[in-house]
Amino acid sequence: MPETLLKVSDLHGWYGESHILHGMNFEVRKGELVTLLGRNGAGKTTTLKAIMGLLRQRKGSVAFDGTETISMAPHKIARLGVALCPEERGIFSALTVRENLHLPPVLREGGMTEAEIDTLFPRLKERWGNSGAKLSGGEQQMLAIARILRTGATLVLLDEPTEGLAPVIVQQIRDALLELKRRGLTVLLVEQNFRFASTVADRHYVVEHGQVVDHMTSDEIAANTERLEAFLGV
Amino acid sequence: MMELIGIPPQALFGQLMLGLINGSFYAMLSLGLAVIFGLLNVINFAHGAQYMLGAFVAWMLLNWLGIPYWGALVIAPILVAATGLVIERVFLRRLHDLDHLYGLLLTFGLALIFEGVMRSQFGAAGMPYGNPLPGGVNLGFMYLPWYRGWIIVASLAICLATWFVIERTKLGAYLRAATERPEIVQSFGIDVPRMITLTYAFGVGLAALAGVLAAPAYQVSPNMGSNLIIVVFAVVVIGGMGSIMGAIVTGFGLGVIEGLTKVFYPEASNTVIFVIMALVLMVRPAGLFGAAK
Ligand SMILES: Nc1ncnc2c1ncn2[C@@H]1O[C@H](COP(=O)(O)OP(=O)(O)OP(=O)(O)O)[C@@H](O)[C@H]1O
Ligand SMILES: [Mg+2]
Repeated sequence: MPETLLKVSDLHGWYGESHILHGMNFEVRKGELVTLLGRNGAGKTTTLKAIMGLLRQRKGSVAFDGTETISMAPHKIARLGVALCPEERGIFSALTVRENLHLPPVLREGGMTEAEIDTLFPRLKERWGNSGAKLSGGEQQMLAIARILRTGATLVLLDEPTEGLAPVIVQQIRDALLELKRRGLTVLLVEQNFRFASTVADRHYVVEHGQVVDHMTSDEIAANTERLEAFLGV
Repeated sequence: MMELIGIPPQALFGQLMLGLINGSFYAMLSLGLAVIFGLLNVINFAHGAQYMLGAFVAWMLLNWLGIPYWGALVIAPILVAATGLVIERVFLRRLHDLDHLYGLLLTFGLALIFEGVMRSQFGAAGMPYGNPLPGGVNLGFMYLPWYRGWIIVASLAICLATWFVIERTKLGAYLRAATERPEIVQSFGIDVPRMITLTYAFGVGLAALAGVLAAPAYQVSPNMGSNLIIVVFAVVVIGGMGSIMGAIVTGFGLGVIEGLTKVFYPEASNTVIFVIMALVLMVRPAGLFGAAK
């Protein structure tokens, strides 16, 4: 079995006075694609922010490749090889598509080349000189994924990449995710759509009220559909 | 020589040049304010006092250490920028998550302290600073003192260089991106807190540089900054906070408009900028070049 890349233990997180994460426990092994499933407000985004260091009030343990990151600043965590693709995509409207793509510095070897990114997302190349604000939702998502693939990150945190996208675009995102996996990247994916998730992921953690309440592999999803629907409120 | 619209050309071009010189200072100061506001969300009320400090440091370098103008032009902004570094690290950083108002109050307090200290040490009267470029050239339609020409050329160069760095380089792309979404830029591995400190220091250094440029042209006095900064805030409101080129164009443009008002309707020359500000606020509250936030 591959070794653990990310180990989250008893992770607590707060926004001001409100206690949001109540002791999250899960792990992701090298090369795995693991999802966090859970309904709106369960704390999935907050978990990703805590791993990235963007949630300032956090306690417990987040070990990345053996390094404890719980009290590290986000830019230090990024330099270890963690990258976040935020829920709102975070495309900069003051920058062109090209500038957006080249903004994150290459932090380590093994990142994708521009040619590889062009092959993965051919639509982006056509919009090279446009302002980031002029992209469609799907294009923004592709750009958000593409720009962190250049950096050589080994753990990619993806927050609901398919949210609000048309089925054709969801297909393309799915292909991109499978390509990431084929290249050996480790992915922690937040999803509400477990049917989509089961087609790309190895394992799933179900999150409720800031805690992991269940765990299953993709093969087990089919047998647990009703239970999942109840959990996710869909 | 011929009179233009009943105004002697010497007077017209003379005022036009004074307008451009005032505009140079408006542009340099509003540029720094805009860059600081963009990244730190702080309305830097100490900006005028930091401009004044630049002039005073130049004066001290000359009179205490014998370092001439050209040396002061480099050293004074660096020294004053270093105080900006400390101010950001010690004070502004702690206010980062609070409302604008706290940063404004803090920097307003700092401005009062800087001015008070200088007034108690040097008096309110103001001290002369020798002109490093005496003489001038007769252009036929007007006489151009070298130093005035230098102010305009130097400030144009400073403004355009700043614009270039912000709008056309990788460093500037980080700055523009961090102005929009600092946490995302930091998650790319960039030390945004350090960038914020350096940006504040840069803006402060720019104000000090303007102060050194101003020293030979005006008196070096404790209130030289507070007189200017009120107009500069009006310039920033008119131009809008969002745009670097906007700050430059608005600064020079309003200087010229003010100069021309002195020729054609001198009674209004002290208020014309504020009248324009009121009009712009009614029509485009975000400013001429600003995007509504
Ligand atoms: N900036 C914030 N300040 C205060 N509370 C917040 C903030 N962001 C999120 N919360 C609260 O934290 C809880 C968890 O939010 P989070 O965004 O992690 O949920 P989520 O699982 O990602 O939901 P969704 O599926 O809607 O994206 C929610 O109750 C939310 O209201
Ligand atoms: Mg979320």
